[in-house]
Amino acid sequence: MEPRTVAVREGMFQAEVREYGAPSAEPLLFLHGSSGLLLDPYLELLGERFRVVAPQHPGWGASTGLEHIDDPIDMALYYYDFLDALRIDAAHVVGHSLGGMFAAEIAALDPHRVRRLVLSNAVGLWRDDAPVLDFFSCGMEELQRAVWAEPESDLVRSRAPDPEDKEALAGLMFDRMQSLAAAAKFLWPIPDRGLKKRLHRIAAPSLIVWGERDGLVPPVYADEFGARLRNARVEVLRGCAHMPMIERPEEWVRVVVEFLARKT
Amino acid sequence: MKFHFFHLMPWPDLPDDFQERYRSVWVDVPSTLYDPARGHEVYNEYLDELEYAASLGFDGICVNEHHSNAYGLMPSPNIMAAALARRTRDAALVVLGNSIALYNPPVRVAEEFAMLDVLSGGRLVAGFPVGSSMDTNYAYGQTPITLRDKYQEAHDLIIRAWTEPDVFAWNGKYTQLRYVNTWPKPVQKPHPPIWIPGGGSVETWQWVTERDYMYCYLSYFGHKRAQSVMQGFWDEVARQGVEPNPYRAGFLQFVAVAESDAQAERDYAAAADYFYNRCLHVYAGFADAPGYRTMKTLRAGIMAQIGAAAREIRRGLTWRDFIEQGYILGGSPESVRQQIEDVAKSLNVGHLMLLLHFGNMSKELVTKNTTLFAREVMPHLRGLFGEWEDRWWIKPLPAADQRVPAPAAAAVE
Repeated sequence: MEPRTVAVREGMFQAEVREYGAPSAEPLLFLHGSSGLLLDPYLELLGERFRVVAPQHPGWGASTGLEHIDDPIDMALYYYDFLDALRIDAAHVVGHSLGGMFAAEIAALDPHRVRRLVLSNAVGLWRDDAPVLDFFSCGMEELQRAVWAEPESDLVRSRAPDPEDKEALAGLMFDRMQSLAAAAKFLWPIPDRGLKKRLHRIAAPSLIVWGERDGLVPPVYADEFGARLRNARVEVLRGCAHMPMIERPEEWVRVVVEFLARKT
Repeated sequence: MKFHFFHLMPWPDLPDDFQERYRSVWVDVPSTLYDPARGHEVYNEYLDELEYAASLGFDGICVNEHHSNAYGLMPSPNIMAAALARRTRDAALVVLGNSIALYNPPVRVAEEFAMLDVLSGGRLVAGFPVGSSMDTNYAYGQTPITLRDKYQEAHDLIIRAWTEPDVFAWNGKYTQLRYVNTWPKPVQKPHPPIWIPGGGSVETWQWVTERDYMYCYLSYFGHKRAQSVMQGFWDEVARQGVEPNPYRAGFLQFVAVAESDAQAERDYAAAADYFYNRCLHVYAGFADAPGYRTMKTLRAGIMAQIGAAAREIRRGLTWRDFIEQGYILGGSPESVRQQIEDVAKSLNVGHLMLLLHFGNMSKELVTKNTTLFAREVMPHLRGLFGEWEDRWWIKPLPAADQRVPAPAAAAVE
């Protein structure tokens, strides 16, 4: 899937966007997490049922304009303009991790733009008794154990770059620094920018879906979101951690699609 | 050439097995390792050492700012500079410096630095570092990607607070003040000399040169590793068509002087080991928060001083390595003299900050090192760069206008 560029707010932002599925299908906005958009089969699987619009946030990948965004509220306002640029009035919004924080803000600030909301392993809340992992400073091994239920599996191993390819490694390092630097704008030093004050405004029926073994954002946060949202149900998936859409793609997609396809 | 005595004020009692038992000397170092009664003793010794250096004719005495750090016990260097102001006469008080993005509002720095300048009769050198990632991002919670922007705004506000006679309003992105009216104003006009400690950021070279500030590279790893950074700075100076005045630049160097090269090793090897292997034991995850360094600097390939790669380079180093790799200039006075002349010329630095105390050196040893340096090294190098004017130096009040503390008993009468 080759990305295209969408100009937002009269060109102040250039968004790198990938789309999957039939243009006539119901629109689904997928918002990625801190690492940027991960191109795995879940996007195509969602595209079998929806018109999936998967942008890189400003500051990630080739998308520009992060300097115009100071906080998650600015990001939500940006996404209204982004949907306007695509002539999408209202969409299902699915957000993973940091993208979940943005999705919740979008649904809270203007509830009319979001039909149904899915938050997967979302950040944005804070509990002293279950701190979100400091993934900016922890070592790579600790991060891998937190993010993947089976860090030694072929699935995870095959994602690692070839250690002999120094150029690719350096490129990955720069991409990672760029993504994390952008993510830290919304998560540093504590991933709480006041979302809890706004969650009550979310009108869209909501699904909270989580990996049972998420070591980055522990599953107590699934219950925390579930309790704070007006109309939410919580699904915890077994055998996966922070990346359920990659670790258990069929199951994650089935749960999400079933929820989004409901009419009541 | 000018010589400054720089004190980091390290905690001297980190246990022998510190590296094995704890992951970092900085950010999450257990505060149970600190003992306030011993701290009282240590602070007073360290201030004695700075005052002693001032009495021997060092041009400046330097203090700096660190947070949650067991090798830098000065969260507020201004407090130390205030203590030094009353017991020293001629030496510049070089505060290197205040990490201005950390002060809310940043006019606090304009006020405190002005207080120091007035108290000392115009002897303050004002250092404005961005601050390390450990200090700013991890210990003080600043968002990495906006830190430099916040720093720039704080700088602009402080300069205006010092130089503008009228009350003004400041509508910044990070600070809003309806009334900016800094009292007192500094003695030195338009303001104290500004020195910018940098770690090799490409943007900093450009900005420092444009503003005509002094650039100091505070590296713990000696002149050999500093060549590329200082070359980058001087290339930028040349690119802007500005004179390559060596007083535009400063450099930090560990120095260990003894009767002979062999005696230097006997005297100082343990303290060097303490510094490099305990004090610099920093958890790699705290070295470089994402966004702390710009992508431009990352792409320029300038390695952080601290972190996994840096630690790998230093693994298992001994006195011989420290000397051979230039981390420490050590040996007899003649040998140190020659080494410093070479370093000053090759880096083209007119201001040399000396760490004559390092690690867990005893007061006796610091006194020896400082005395030998002041008597047998410094006088021979004073004339270096004499053809250049130092425009980055303090302008104290005339001697007749300088006030000295009354003797304690007389003050009561």
